Amino acid sequence: MQNDIGGLIMTDIPKYSPKDFKSDQEVRWCPGCGDHAVLSSVTKALAELDIPKEKFAFISGIGCSSRFPYYMNTYGFHGIHGRAAAIASGVKVANPDLSVWEVTGDGDALAIGGNHFIHVIRRNIDINILLFNNEIYGLTKGQYSPTSVKGSVTKTSPFGTVEEPFHPGELVIGAQGKFFARTIDSNVQLSTEIYKAAARHEGTSVVEILQNCVIFNDGIHAALNDREFRDDRTIMLKDGEPMIFGRNRDMGLMLQGLKLKVVTLGNGISEKDLLVHDAGENTPGLHSLLVNMRYPAYPVALGVIRSVNAPTYDMALIGQIKKIQQTSGIKCMDDLLMSGSTWEV
Amino acid sequence: MSKNDRVIERDEVVIRFSGDSGDGMQLTGTLFSNASALFGNTLSTFPDYPAEIRAPQGTVGGVSGFQVHVGHAEVNTPGDFADVLVAMNPAAIKANSKTLKKGATIIYDLDNFNTKNIEKAGYREDPIKEDGLDDVNIIAAPITTLVKEALKDYELDPKTILRTKNMFALGMVYWLFDRDLKYTEEYFETKFSKRPNIIEANKIILRAGYNYGETIEALTPTYRVGPAEIPKGTYRNINGNQATAWGLLAAAEKAGLELFIGSYPITPATGVLEELAARKDLGVKSFQAEDEIAGICTSIGASFAGSLAVTSTSGPGLALKSEAIGLAVMTELPIVIVNVQRGGPSTGLPTKTEQSDLMQALYGRNGESPVVIIAASTPSDCFRFAFESARIALEHMVPVILLTDGFLANGTEPWRIPSMSEMPAINPPIAKEADGEYLPYERDEKLLNRKWAIPGTPGLEHRIGGLEKTIRGTVSYIPENHEHMTLVRSEKVAGVVAKVPPLELYGDDEGELLLVGWGGTYGHLLTATREMREEGMNVSLAHFNYINPLPANTAEVLGRFRKVVVAELNSGQFVNYLRMNFGKTEFKQINKVQGLPFTIMEIKEKCKTILEA
Repeated sequence: MQNDIGGLIMTDIPKYSPKDFKSDQEVRWCPGCGDHAVLSSVTKALAELDIPKEKFAFISGIGCSSRFPYYMNTYGFHGIHGRAAAIASGVKVANPDLSVWEVTGDGDALAIGGNHFIHVIRRNIDINILLFNNEIYGLTKGQYSPTSVKGSVTKTSPFGTVEEPFHPGELVIGAQGKFFARTIDSNVQLSTEIYKAAARHEGTSVVEILQNCVIFNDGIHAALNDREFRDDRTIMLKDGEPMIFGRNRDMGLMLQGLKLKVVTLGNGISEKDLLVHDAGENTPGLHSLLVNMRYPAYPVALGVIRSVNAPTYDMALIGQIKKIQQTSGIKCMDDLLMSGSTWEV
Repeated sequence: MSKNDRVIERDEVVIRFSGDSGDGMQLTGTLFSNASALFGNTLSTFPDYPAEIRAPQGTVGGVSGFQVHVGHAEVNTPGDFADVLVAMNPAAIKANSKTLKKGATIIYDLDNFNTKNIEKAGYREDPIKEDGLDDVNIIAAPITTLVKEALKDYELDPKTILRTKNMFALGMVYWLFDRDLKYTEEYFETKFSKRPNIIEANKIILRAGYNYGETIEALTPTYRVGPAEIPKGTYRNINGNQATAWGLLAAAEKAGLELFIGSYPITPATGVLEELAARKDLGVKSFQAEDEIAGICTSIGASFAGSLAVTSTSGPGLALKSEAIGLAVMTELPIVIVNVQRGGPSTGLPTKTEQSDLMQALYGRNGESPVVIIAASTPSDCFRFAFESARIALEHMVPVILLTDGFLANGTEPWRIPSMSEMPAINPPIAKEADGEYLPYERDEKLLNRKWAIPGTPGLEHRIGGLEKTIRGTVSYIPENHEHMTLVRSEKVAGVVAKVPPLELYGDDEGELLLVGWGGTYGHLLTATREMREEGMNVSLAHFNYINPLPANTAEVLGRFRKVVVAELNSGQFVNYLRMNFGKTEFKQINKVQGLPFTIMEIKEKCKTILEA
């Protein structure tokens, strides 16, 4: 049997159910917080991955979402603010057999941890980053974050912010990211599929979860979640399929010059005129346009937007070690001690 | 007059190679040191260079020096004052004229002593006269001219030709000390194996320098420093950073763990990362992080995942790592933080030595956050103390800060190579699947350490982190629990004292004056104590390698002397730590904060004053 990390042959992997991955700890997120749904989707995805439970390690930083590891019955590490990517990098490089997940938020990953975020992506270390984006600082009770839209009125911006926000997908592609997906907290089915795809992808996988903070930023993603209109305001990207959306499946995306254009099918425009999603395309141009589509000008892209195969840091490092070990005359510490220029007294 | 008539027999000689930072003085000094080691001398070296890679040419600020002290008796320091100065330009004289012995020999490149360079160095016209160096022997060789002449028939560009000037100077020094050229010639052959013309040019110039010495022999004395009586064994030269890296490697091998280093380049600690990065053959996973914080955080992750995890840095980097060290304290994971101290605060004096990070190591974190602190005392014993740091970290499940400094990091000395069979075993408390229910903060009754459950082990899934926890790893804000855990973390570190050897004295067990030191000042304090005792003074030396916890017999040792003086390269950090712990003793202080090691003379003078008071 093949497992989903590193291609190791594993046998006797028990059949898991989502509750096998839930710890006995009382979940302390606010009632109605989007994090509850994420926890359900993640445990569901893990149960379907055919990876032994002891191989999972969940690493987090600081923030509401970063309490996540406590609620998982896996190996877990609750780190310090902003540093989850660095801690997770160390875990994965030290033990590439593990399936390493980083749980982080928009403040943790993109403000105080911005440096580690771009560098783990650049290195393409095989970890899965769940980026809970609620565009607000929740744990410190309502200050603006690096993803808050310009003009956001919060406790630290009573007159509105005057700074431009980061868009996580744009940052991921800018840092040479190879995997980026977007989901909405409440969409358990989509989220589960995306988490599984992220786990199976070898390299850094970033999943932006549009997550609702019921207390300090309630409804920030409501436009995209509204049962009546959500199919008109989002587009579900599927590899190899034309880019169609809308509750009547009558809208699509085309390329016009260097920009995307929303078109309505009919009047001479048919499905074959639409763009076909290719998540595996290495050139990031179109992916860049897709991650940057914002409502209301465009539908917001959901699903796996980019998934490109490339060598990972962890495997490259192991490969280098193996290669050098084959050729070096130094096999143990005694060899090293006696190597080079020595003399007898 | 034959050569033999003018040979000066010496127990020890200090030679300083000094020139522009591009003149190759570090290499020249290193080659001389290696040749002397192979000859059988004891030795100690110290490079002293500016922070700028190429500071303005010809200025005192751009002078790069390399000092080597060779002896046929015990040599513990690079020496205070030089017997021989090789000065490639006038600025090199300016930088060194105050630290020359009476009757010293100065070899200088006459061609570089033109008006422009003399003025650039801050002289009017005659450096020797203006600095009052009337009792020195001068060998003023037109090195530039001679080098050009010697290589004129070789098809080399002028830059390459001028680059051999340092080898001419080295040849002269070899003649002065009657050293064999063979080892240096072999070095050229290995170093430039693909460029035979460069090998040839360097050999010619080295010999030309040697021959020039012979030609002018009547003018100057030569030195003889015989081989030393040293314990039998296989030796190599080693500097502190290399010894530190190797000590960590040895510990990983003994513990049967992979070595992971997450680190960020910083002077003067970079050598540790470089040395370990080169050791892929021993399976080292080296990770050059995006910053100091990521350096330690990747290491904490690797420690959680079951590696011997280390990070290396210097003062400013240690400051950046503070919060993460607290995380390692809270999660009770083994990690070694190597801090190669330099002059501070802030960027301070990056290439200069100081012992001013002691308080930062002890207390520079939020909350009550005790760690084990160990300080190495010579370049080669960085090996032993790096090994011990790792052994304690792994066996006690605790972060350990190993303090070295710029002086130890870059200084070299011959080292009798140990065999791995001499090193003690390392047994980390790794939790096993069969142990039954795993509670992350359940402790060994004696050591108070927790067990290390490595991710990937079935049945031991658990969560740890920076929040205060109960024994089960559950987050807890219960006041009594926090107080209990705080005390236990502190007692666990205090309990490491069982591994700390008792403080040993050099000199008498009791008496008039106890000189106290710690870390990298050992060689200077030992030499000063030895000399004072030879002069009949009642002085003993107590040198500390274990800072936290302190050796169990510390109070008792301090109590056996009428006066106690603490010497350190800061304004009084260790002495205040001792005052806090041993209030009964009245401590006196010797302090120096100049970015330089002590000189033996200044220690002796201050001890004399204290004794006579």
